[in-house]
Amino acid sequence: MSVNTKDIVYHRPRLLTDNNMHYCPGCSHAAIHKILADVLSDMNLADNVIGIGSVGCSVFIYNYIDIDWIEAAHGRAPAVATAVSRLNPQKLVFTYQGDGDMASIGTTEIIHAANRGENITVIFINNSVYGMTGGQMAPTTPLGMKTVTCPDGRNVEQNGYPLPITDLLTRLPGTCFVSREAVTTYKHVLHAKKALRKAFQNTLEKRGTSVVEFVATCCSGWKMSPVEANEWLNTRMKQMKMGRLK
Amino acid sequence: MESEVRLMKGNEALAHAAIRYGVDAYFGYPITPQSEIIETLMAQRPWQSTGMTVMQVESEVSAIHMVYGAAATGKRAMTSSSGPGISLMQGGISYLCGANLPCLIVNVMRGGPGLGTIQPSQADYYQAVKGGGHGDYKLFTLAPSSVQEMADFVSVAFDWAFRNCNPAMILADGTIGQMMEKVVLPPARPRLTDDEIAHKYPWAIDGARHSRIGSNRIASLELDAAVMEQRNCERQHKYELAEQNDARAEATLTADAEVLIVAFGSAARICAKAVDLARAEGLKLGLLRPITLWPFPSAYLREAAEHARGILCVELNAGQMIDDVRIAVESRILVEHYGRLGGAVFTPTEIVSAAKNIFKL
Repeated sequence: MSVNTKDIVYHRPRLLTDNNMHYCPGCSHAAIHKILADVLSDMNLADNVIGIGSVGCSVFIYNYIDIDWIEAAHGRAPAVATAVSRLNPQKLVFTYQGDGDMASIGTTEIIHAANRGENITVIFINNSVYGMTGGQMAPTTPLGMKTVTCPDGRNVEQNGYPLPITDLLTRLPGTCFVSREAVTTYKHVLHAKKALRKAFQNTLEKRGTSVVEFVATCCSGWKMSPVEANEWLNTRMKQMKMGRLK
Repeated sequence: MESEVRLMKGNEALAHAAIRYGVDAYFGYPITPQSEIIETLMAQRPWQSTGMTVMQVESEVSAIHMVYGAAATGKRAMTSSSGPGISLMQGGISYLCGANLPCLIVNVMRGGPGLGTIQPSQADYYQAVKGGGHGDYKLFTLAPSSVQEMADFVSVAFDWAFRNCNPAMILADGTIGQMMEKVVLPPARPRLTDDEIAHKYPWAIDGARHSRIGSNRIASLELDAAVMEQRNCERQHKYELAEQNDARAEATLTADAEVLIVAFGSAARICAKAVDLARAEGLKLGLLRPITLWPFPSAYLREAAEHARGILCVELNAGQMIDDVRIAVESRILVEHYGRLGGAVFTPTEIVSAAKNIFKL
């Protein structure tokens, strides 16, 4: 049976490859990859973009989104992106980083890149744990949350406070756009797409550093089913300021 | 810019040579005794002439990863530092080697360990030539012993790095970086255009996926051990070829040398004077100066030591290059070490005395 192309209302993003993703069921990475591929296609950026991957579950992102990629060392993606952007100013340059990568080992690089107002977009996936290494405590782990390295729940005396890295970035004059998004519902997905499009547009117009945080699930790290993880995250999101922060 | 004769410091000469070579980017963080490199670059404002990017950045860690990013797009990128900063860069250097990326790293050595001192030293020899970071890798390591070589080795290092897709290092020390000498700066050449880079380096990331067959990636991760071993073997093969073809050394009065001095960098300058003093006394000393520390010029050394009854390895450290000297002569000749540590420097007469005492001349 042939399908009239006029009847097609939705198709898989052209930039997503056929490779099977290695992500766990319920992981937010898959949905965020799809949004990213969609926005890059919609904005006709496939031939004008350099992605900087990082260390964490998304390290294999180059297997799934068919653009030029550079794999950065842990935390260093904003430094790599700085050089790539400065030396290739006609290209859209973005990083894709997790919370262990950006908010812990890479705080120096993100703070200074954002403070210089590098013309890059930072896609920040915040799932509150170190996913790839087995669900250890992250700098973003909320107080009280149990992980394999804070088995009694994160407490201030032992672990200090969660680091509000995205809120810190709003304070820097070099950032032009900071947004907190999610992919737990279709409504959130639509909103996130708009935010990512806005971020990329800012980068193309050389307005400074754009940051899009995705609060994300990690079913394996949280030891929850996909449904439980989504519900838990939806509850948590009620305590967070979502959407545009700057 | 035409070729030009100037009087300047080694650090300054290296900066001028980088601009004239058509380097695309420098990323650095100040540290003594090499800060004149970034200061000279900033004073020259090459972004207004050649379009070179020069950035003072937040740390040596960021600097080396910016070099990685720039190199991934096929650009000629470099950084410079001294021991404490070079130690911080080791992770990034390993990533550059793992991803087969060319670049130049300059180490103007100072005394260590730790914060140590700002006086000259050669104690980072092991770190430079034995693989300072994780994994099996090598750096093409050049040891300048004059201000002229600080300038000349910029092109030698970059040419080797791009031919072999591997980082190169200029391993100087505080003396070479700080001393002033006459230098002939090379004529300037333009930086490569983006089209030239895309043509010459098909591996380079340029974000122009549709103009090629498929997307490019620069990465070092590979979870399949068999594939990873194969990549490592290819890298080692590249190193074997370099060891066969790319070693350099300078021999002075070695043909009849009874005792051969082996020294590199600023130590070789002092040893050259020591050889002159010894010859004036009728003592048959000769000097072999390794110019490349990796690949180590073993064949040159064996030839130079053919008639020697002893080798004196003179270094501004506790004895590091001496290992490679002993391996080169397969311990068939007595090899002894003479060194000063932590920023102290020997005199030529001190070296002549050491040779006399050790080898009963």
